[in-house]
Amino acid sequence: MSDTIAPETSTPATKVETPFRRFASEFFESRIATVALCLLGLIIVLAVLAPWITPQNPYDLAQVDVMDGRLPPGSEAFAGYTMWLGSDGSGRDLYSAILYGLRISLSVGVASGIIALTIGMAIGLLAAYAGGRTENIIMRVVDLQLSFPAALVALMLVAIMGKGVDKIILALVVAQWAYYARTVRGTALVERNKEYVEAAQCLGLSRLRVVFRHILPNCLAPLIVVGTVQTAHAISLEATLSFLGVGLPQTEPSLGVLIANGFEYMLSGRYWISVFPGLALLLTVVSINLVGDQLRDVLNPRLKK
Amino acid sequence: MTVFIIRRLMQALLVVFLMSVIVFFGVNVIGDPVHMLVSPDADQADIEATIRRLGLDRPIWEQYLLFVSGAAQGNLGNSFIFGEPALKLILHHMPATLELAFSALFLAVAVGVPLGLYAGLYPDSLLSKGIMAGSILGFSLPTFWVGLMLIMLFAVELGWLPSTGRGDTGHILGIETSLATRDGLSHVLLPAMNLALLKISLAIRLTRAGVREAMGQDYVKYARAKGLSTRRIVFVHVLKNIMIPVVTVMGLEFGSLIGFSVVTESIFAWPGMGKLLIDAILQLDRPVVVAYLMIIVLFFVLINLIVDILYSILDPRVRLRDQGA
Repeated sequence: MSDTIAPETSTPATKVETPFRRFASEFFESRIATVALCLLGLIIVLAVLAPWITPQNPYDLAQVDVMDGRLPPGSEAFAGYTMWLGSDGSGRDLYSAILYGLRISLSVGVASGIIALTIGMAIGLLAAYAGGRTENIIMRVVDLQLSFPAALVALMLVAIMGKGVDKIILALVVAQWAYYARTVRGTALVERNKEYVEAAQCLGLSRLRVVFRHILPNCLAPLIVVGTVQTAHAISLEATLSFLGVGLPQTEPSLGVLIANGFEYMLSGRYWISVFPGLALLLTVVSINLVGDQLRDVLNPRLKK
Repeated sequence: MTVFIIRRLMQALLVVFLMSVIVFFGVNVIGDPVHMLVSPDADQADIEATIRRLGLDRPIWEQYLLFVSGAAQGNLGNSFIFGEPALKLILHHMPATLELAFSALFLAVAVGVPLGLYAGLYPDSLLSKGIMAGSILGFSLPTFWVGLMLIMLFAVELGWLPSTGRGDTGHILGIETSLATRDGLSHVLLPAMNLALLKISLAIRLTRAGVREAMGQDYVKYARAKGLSTRRIVFVHVLKNIMIPVVTVMGLEFGSLIGFSVVTESIFAWPGMGKLLIDAILQLDRPVVVAYLMIIVLFFVLINLIVDILYSILDPRVRLRDQGA
């Protein structure tokens, strides 16, 4: 997540302490947040490198042997490598399946987060800058949507649209854009009345330029915080929907799908098939949330000493 | 005041209308229910008879009008699978969901408030830090995952509590409920705990923030100066003041408990309307999906309406601002 703070560095720097350095030192003051950030980095690296660091491609039928099914953690696979996390019902190595699942879960979460952020940001800025009737209507819609829990909105959408990666991303975007819109609009309203905006307007800069070059960069801090937390939400929401069988199809086995597949074995004591993918999901979501929490503390000027 | 209520009511009706259009048209383009309902070896005549019986041969806008006029009379179509009215089916499953949601709400307050109180009174103690860390976990752990762990620990490993179904039901004031029997209570405990977890975290945070704010205020200092015991200050003066926001927010969260019960009910095979919805989605039982969505929309619109009106009574500024806009 550390690359998302890049815009902060572009503001003019003092000689000794750049804003980025100050930001970094404040961020790393919390040991928990530091650990969480490292963990998150590790998770992302594992997910990206999955095809090169797993003993098996779990979705290549030639590499999966049904004879390996439901082996406990540490067993040796027919092909000779050790299955440290055991195998699932169809003989896939769980370690490989989890890394591949992480790829899907992370990409769905991040993709929906970015799209929702872009749409919500544009709508929020529009509301703040247009004012009047436009703002009124937009904020009515935002309030209306926020009165329903995001999980319910997403569930209603998939109930209507059905399964599939594109549909899940769409559902997550619709369920989340309003959070971004509200955040941006709130900050932008405050920023709009500040002197530097007035100065920019006096200089005769175009509206678009004032909005995107002057107001928007100053709204980024809260957006980044909301963005991290909402991405964690998106990931766990996708997992929930997939677990319920109304999210991603079996052909796109995200962590939620893996956990759902293992659920039937759990009552017979074969815990590992759902527990390990669950732990992976857990570590991902918790580490993103911890990083987001620390970002909120560091980026919020009101909490500064 | 009357004008305000009428305006809000009109808005609520508009929302219900828009949602009915979106839900109905959305649900009716996903799949072909004929294939789901007619057995593969049925001949053409059978298929056509089924289509006519379900009204699937009419244009979609006509189906919508039928649906609306039916909905206005409390008839949201028959379930394809059970052959019963969808609305009746949902109402039949509703008590189980409400029972679960109320149990969760009770747990959230009963567990969350004391923990939050402690964390607010002794913010630097180790236990408080543990409580707060726990509340962060409560916010970030996916509900379904916690449910799985509860089942694994209490039902599979320890074997203390049952993990599926509602257990024996008894009657309290003529309502059939699991809360009336010992067996039923043991069945409620795990799902209610699961559903309550998020709200427990919320209650902890709200209470803690409230306590920390209240402890610095003049009325507490005055009570201290009067020589009241800490116990009396905390439990009478402070608690009374912080309970107002806590109760308000928890009340508002009731709707989201009903929404989230979809997840909990599916995991614990709790026979409520949430499980009914998931089953209906998986079996393409459209009338039940439509009826559930309409009922949940009505439910939320109603909650919001009540909250808006209550707020406008408690805080006239809300009402005035609305008229100005």
